[in-house]
Amino acid sequence: MLKLEAVHAAYGNIRALRGISLSVERGEIVTMIGANGAGKTTTLKTILGVLRARQGRILFEEERIDGLPPHQVVQRGIASSPEGRRIFPRMTVLENLELGAFARTDAANVRRDTEWVLELFPRLRERLGQKGGTLSGGEQQMLAIGRALMARPRVLLLDEPSMGLSPILVQTIFSIIRDINREGTAILVVEQNARMALSVAHRGYVIQTGEIVLEGAARDLMTNEEVRKAYLGT
Amino acid sequence: MTAQEVFLQQLINGFTTGSYLALIALGYTMVYGIIGLINFAHGDIYALGFFVSLSLLSWMGVTSTLTGGQLVWAIPSVMLLTMLVTGLVNVSVDRIAYRPLRHAPRLAPLITAIGASFVLENIMQNWYGPSQVYYYNIFPTINLAPALLGPQSEILFTTKDIFLFAVTIPLMVALTLFVKHTKIGKSMRATAQDREAAQMMGINIERVIMTTFLIGGALAGAAGMVVGIYLNTGRYLMGFDAGLQAFTAAVVGGIGNIPGAVLGGYLIGFLSALSDQYLSAAWTRATVFALLILFLIFRPSGILGEQIPEKF
Repeated sequence: MLKLEAVHAAYGNIRALRGISLSVERGEIVTMIGANGAGKTTTLKTILGVLRARQGRILFEEERIDGLPPHQVVQRGIASSPEGRRIFPRMTVLENLELGAFARTDAANVRRDTEWVLELFPRLRERLGQKGGTLSGGEQQMLAIGRALMARPRVLLLDEPSMGLSPILVQTIFSIIRDINREGTAILVVEQNARMALSVAHRGYVIQTGEIVLEGAARDLMTNEEVRKAYLGT
Repeated sequence: MTAQEVFLQQLINGFTTGSYLALIALGYTMVYGIIGLINFAHGDIYALGFFVSLSLLSWMGVTSTLTGGQLVWAIPSVMLLTMLVTGLVNVSVDRIAYRPLRHAPRLAPLITAIGASFVLENIMQNWYGPSQVYYYNIFPTINLAPALLGPQSEILFTTKDIFLFAVTIPLMVALTLFVKHTKIGKSMRATAQDREAAQMMGINIERVIMTTFLIGGALAGAAGMVVGIYLNTGRYLMGFDAGLQAFTAAVVGGIGNIPGAVLGGYLIGFLSALSDQYLSAAWTRATVFALLILFLIFRPSGILGEQIPEKF
């Protein structure tokens, strides 16, 4: 469904991705784990077209999307909850959600999906008229994911959904991620919280200084000696 | 004139000056909000509105004071055309001068903006000459003060003041509603708050920038025509002066903030009028820029602006 083939990307002269290849298939949750600065966020930005791939190909449903501007990538069905949440701080929760559906033209379904997102995140319903910037970290994370869902994406990209959240909230968020996936959305989630990510994912990739060093079924990675030492701390 | 009458007269003057300054200031503040650029050519777009509308009027043969039905069709149609032209010129300035520098350090487009300002000024200078230009007195002037305040009143409050308010204030209200409630307006606000996140929502940033220049240019063009009708005179450099004042208004109100630009416009308008009267017209510019300096030192975010970290 989504496929990266030997993708290279750079910030100026700093090479951030050195030939990343990965795929996300229909119905899957795929995770990418790795240390800070390994290239996880860069991978997502490159998929979205915020950063341009210097080499390699990115395919979405068999069509190349590398080189497209971000708004066209989003229109094709890839939405994201970015690093740092990036909520619009001076807009209300409802306006933030509406913006998530910006690329859509089916107004009637958008209303139904707002209802769906508010059922997934009841906390947001209590905050609908509040400005995004006044929400707590956990609420902002819910809003960021909810906003991405409003695009009704076929692939959802999640950047560190556990960042800054309490352990209980992390549990909640990941169980919602599983629910979203059951309803038919493929998900690529990058995480530093490797244990949590591998426990919900079907497959995983380990990224190190811009290269994939390991890949496999999530449960195999969980028991892999190197992964345990480097990322699971056991 | 009694002392109270003098004061009231200056309040009226301040209100009219403030109204058109606010309209110009909106263009500065909106462009700054979206791409972080002080568009120094914006004042010249206002001057262009003056000359474009003047040319349209003379081309249509509307050169004398209008009455009744003529007022209703001639002024709105010329104004809409003028706004369209100045809006499109502003979009072209962005396309030609700023867009190629979108990812350059921010000093580069700033210098280019000054260049664009010179280009526009030179075009107008060659078009209408370097001296003061007469603008047709097409709007009837009737002093309403005797009717409102009694026959002994010496205040001048005319139908032209009413005309100026009737154009500028609804435009400001319309802009506010547009930005607040329409889908395009929301995409503009989202882009101003977080450009990259806005892209990730599927918003086409370049289209938002284009819309911003179009609206800003149209509002400045309307201001240019209104001032022409109001003052009956102008010059190719009129945009330089008004632009600096409107820029000050935008900063004082909080650059990037739409209600702030309106508030700043009126504040500068009143300050200028009071300074004209009670200090001396020769000191008015100094007063206005002293206010700018005070704000830059003590409250750089302006009256309504928030402290936001630098984004670019």
